[in-house]
Amino acid sequence: MHEFFRVAWIIVKKDLTVEVRSREILYTTLFFAISCVLVFAVAFVREGAALTEAGAGILWIAIAFAGTLALGRTFERERHTETLRALLLAPADRPAVYFGKLVGIVALLAATELILLPLVALLFQAPLLGRPLLMGLLMAAGTIGFCAVGTLFAAMLVRARSRDVLLPILLYPITIPVIIAGVRGTLALLEQVPNEALARFWIALLVFFDVVFVTLSLWTFEPLMTE
Amino acid sequence: MRRMFLPALFVAAAMFAFAPVYVARAPFESTMGLVQKIFYFHFPSAILMLTSAIVSGVGSAWFLARKRPSADRLAFAAAELTVLFGLLTLVTGPLWARKAWGVWWQWDARLTMSLLLWMIFVAYLLLRKYGGPGSETLSAGLAVFGMANVPFIYVSVNVWRTIHPKTTVVPTLPVDMSAPLWFCFAAFALLYMTLLTARMRLEEQRSQLEQLYLEIED
Repeated sequence: MHEFFRVAWIIVKKDLTVEVRSREILYTTLFFAISCVLVFAVAFVREGAALTEAGAGILWIAIAFAGTLALGRTFERERHTETLRALLLAPADRPAVYFGKLVGIVALLAATELILLPLVALLFQAPLLGRPLLMGLLMAAGTIGFCAVGTLFAAMLVRARSRDVLLPILLYPITIPVIIAGVRGTLALLEQVPNEALARFWIALLVFFDVVFVTLSLWTFEPLMTE
Repeated sequence: MRRMFLPALFVAAAMFAFAPVYVARAPFESTMGLVQKIFYFHFPSAILMLTSAIVSGVGSAWFLARKRPSADRLAFAAAELTVLFGLLTLVTGPLWARKAWGVWWQWDARLTMSLLLWMIFVAYLLLRKYGGPGSETLSAGLAVFGMANVPFIYVSVNVWRTIHPKTTVVPTLPVDMSAPLWFCFAAFALLYMTLLTARMRLEEQRSQLEQLYLEIED
């Protein structure tokens, strides 16, 4: 058990070190997410102001799109530098490798969301920061659910043909329930008087999804990555 | 088993030929009238979609564990049938819904999750077709996630307040409605088994052919 977390932590450290030095994926993912939000902000305008409810949906769409790109490019980087083979050859439990990559990608998306959330709140005049703790839990649970499946699929597609377009095709039908729960929870928190009970329900559902998806992914990572 | 294929097919065809007569003789439902009779095809299609998703998931899990090609063929054939019967469900459902509920579609739990299950298996087929070598293993992983959806789809109508009828309806049907229903279900199930067998056999022959081509090239 201790070995599992030690290996995962080594991989997280590696990814963070590489990312901190180049900041390539962080900056480009962040700017893509911002552009996405801007396009939608311009599209969903009524009487000169953007719709508040649209902000909830746009936030999660931006996370889904930016997350897909970040996932693809993280593993593309591994493939390009041929470190993926090194990871698979390492005398480490495959599930620990998966968990380490998952934590790294969640950290990357969390950094993106820290900027994205206030931006969406500003552009859509949505009080997204009204209940920061619940909002933070909602975002965390949703991001983990999305990335759990995303990391698995991005890793397994890394050597497939047409991998760039296949990742969204495979990922979105499975993670749409996570997005739905995230959007519904965000809408509950955006009401005039934030509906905390409803938001907590959606958070609980997201945590349930997270447990199911992470468990399934840990089980299937080994057979799917064995070549 | 192989000898039973053609007889099974003929029996299924005969049952389908008789089914419209049987369904027409069934009583009208009180509020919906004639349009309710889509149910006799919608229900079997839906159940078979869910069953096929489970079969594909189980076959995929077996393939991931043991790497047997026959397991992969089962998973592939079942995935294709999930898409087929899912398409039937997603077409017959809205046709009925338009008259019964007034809308073609609603984003309630049952309908949304069924659509997503269908899309997962469409993605499976796309992955098999365009994923290149190694896509058998990858699609097996996808099918396992697809299978995980199925229990949620089934209980969604009981847990959430949805516009779709609950699962308590079918077990409590009067006998002159449940008889045609289970007759149609038997016809559909027989059709499903024959299609599954045929598709698996086709896939086996396709891979044998591919193997022969590869041997010629060397």
